[in-house]
Amino acid sequence: MINEMLAYFAQGANWAGEAGIPARLGEHLWYSFLAVAAAAVLAFPVGVFIGHTGVGRVYLVSASNVLRALPSLGIMTLLVLLMGIGLLPPLAALVLIAIPPILAGVYAGVANVDPEVVDAARAIGMKDSRIILQVELPLALPLILGGLRGAILQVVATATIAAYVNLGGLGRYIFDGLALYDYGQVLVGAVLVTALALVLDGLLALLVKAVSPARRAIAR
Amino acid sequence: MRKQKLPLIAALSVVAGSLILSGCSNPTAAPSPSDTASGGTLTVSSANFTESEIIGNLYAEALKDAGFTVETKFNIGTREAYIPALSDGSIDVIPDYTGNLLLFLDKNADVSSPDSILSALPAALATKKLAMLTAASAEDKDAVVVTRATAEKWNLKTIEDLVPHNDEVIMAGPPEFKERAVGLPGLEKNYGFAPVKFEPISDGGGPATVKALLDGKVTAANIFTTSTEIPANDLVVLEDPKNNFPAQQVVPVAAEGKLDDKAVAAIDAISAKLSTEELIKLNGQVSGDAKVEPKQAAITWLTEQGLLGK
Repeated sequence: MINEMLAYFAQGANWAGEAGIPARLGEHLWYSFLAVAAAAVLAFPVGVFIGHTGVGRVYLVSASNVLRALPSLGIMTLLVLLMGIGLLPPLAALVLIAIPPILAGVYAGVANVDPEVVDAARAIGMKDSRIILQVELPLALPLILGGLRGAILQVVATATIAAYVNLGGLGRYIFDGLALYDYGQVLVGAVLVTALALVLDGLLALLVKAVSPARRAIAR
Repeated sequence: MRKQKLPLIAALSVVAGSLILSGCSNPTAAPSPSDTASGGTLTVSSANFTESEIIGNLYAEALKDAGFTVETKFNIGTREAYIPALSDGSIDVIPDYTGNLLLFLDKNADVSSPDSILSALPAALATKKLAMLTAASAEDKDAVVVTRATAEKWNLKTIEDLVPHNDEVIMAGPPEFKERAVGLPGLEKNYGFAPVKFEPISDGGGPATVKALLDGKVTAANIFTTSTEIPANDLVVLEDPKNNFPAQQVVPVAAEGKLDDKAVAAIDAISAKLSTEELIKLNGQVSGDAKVEPKQAAITWLTEQGLLGK
């Protein structure tokens, strides 16, 4: 099986064309990017609002726990039956798993800003909008990026389900390989997804470290 | 509050768990009331999917009615599991499908026509000390399926009629359909049919595939002939005159000499009446909205066909 996988990687034809490894990698990244971007647009304002005001904290925790518990493949299949095949069903399933970590990161980051710092900002005459933009968000950045990192990791790992319906991405190798009992090909997909997730996670870890002020321990 | 509820929840989940467990265990070996009548004990089995279990129930109920004591061991798996079980006598009779059964027994068998399969099967089975009964006309095989609207617009009857539309046909099917010899390669070789695009959908011709077809996102789809979706959505199965897809007639398989004439007659009577349309109806009752138990659906069908209480 390992040999079959290595043979697949070694064959030049598998690196070219619209079914080639670079193309599949590109599709995979594209789906992942779309899902994380959409989830960020949805989750970011909500997280800031709840973190800043403290309103609806209980609902946030339970709602994002419910989202975490949803099976992505099941959601996607249901959406395919409702909307038909296409990019939207897998994307929606991925957005749903990307929302909880982003939301949690933004909320926790904003809520954990030292209240004395916020009071000081208010005392020198800052309005809420300025407090959020110039005080809370910069201080929350490490946790926000941490949440984003978690979301990206999960989405990249789960974006394989797009290949269950007619789409591409690295899941194509896994679903096609399984259907043909070609486990070498399944392994190709699995190894590529793992490698992609690890590389992205490493890069994001460096980014999180870069924006974390050394003097301030990350509050968890 | 939460603490008080916990024991109750725990108790409920234990009850639910045991209900599920007991639901799983097959209520087999219940001695039938006709125990005292003639005949011995026969074990009827089925493969691990619903249609096979329904047909297995048809055999079991007909044999009970004929005076045999019947044990049932349904859902025992794939051919890798049940062919040896037939040979070693742990089960006595099971429904199978002609083409795939022959290919399982002999990879290089000639499956080019329904007759070549039926004539080669007995010898192939004999090598495992197995025998077949009369095959039914009911067939569960791969097919190229289009909507009624497409069939009328292009005047389609056979797969070959799709060839002039190669440039506009998008076909859906499970991923293996693109590579398997009976899939796209076979369709191109036999008919010259080569769709401009293939959309892999991994639900085995299930609801997502049907939805894509009905939405017009694909023009044709690989769906099994006994799918209840075909009559439900008025889909058209294109004829396959060159037998690209091997015939897959329902055939009862038994260990050699295990069934006496009476048992053979009881099962053959089912095969004589079991057409693809009837099998779709049975599948629809069990898998459709009605959710009838396979056993009940079998009894109802046998009664309707006048096969019980003869």
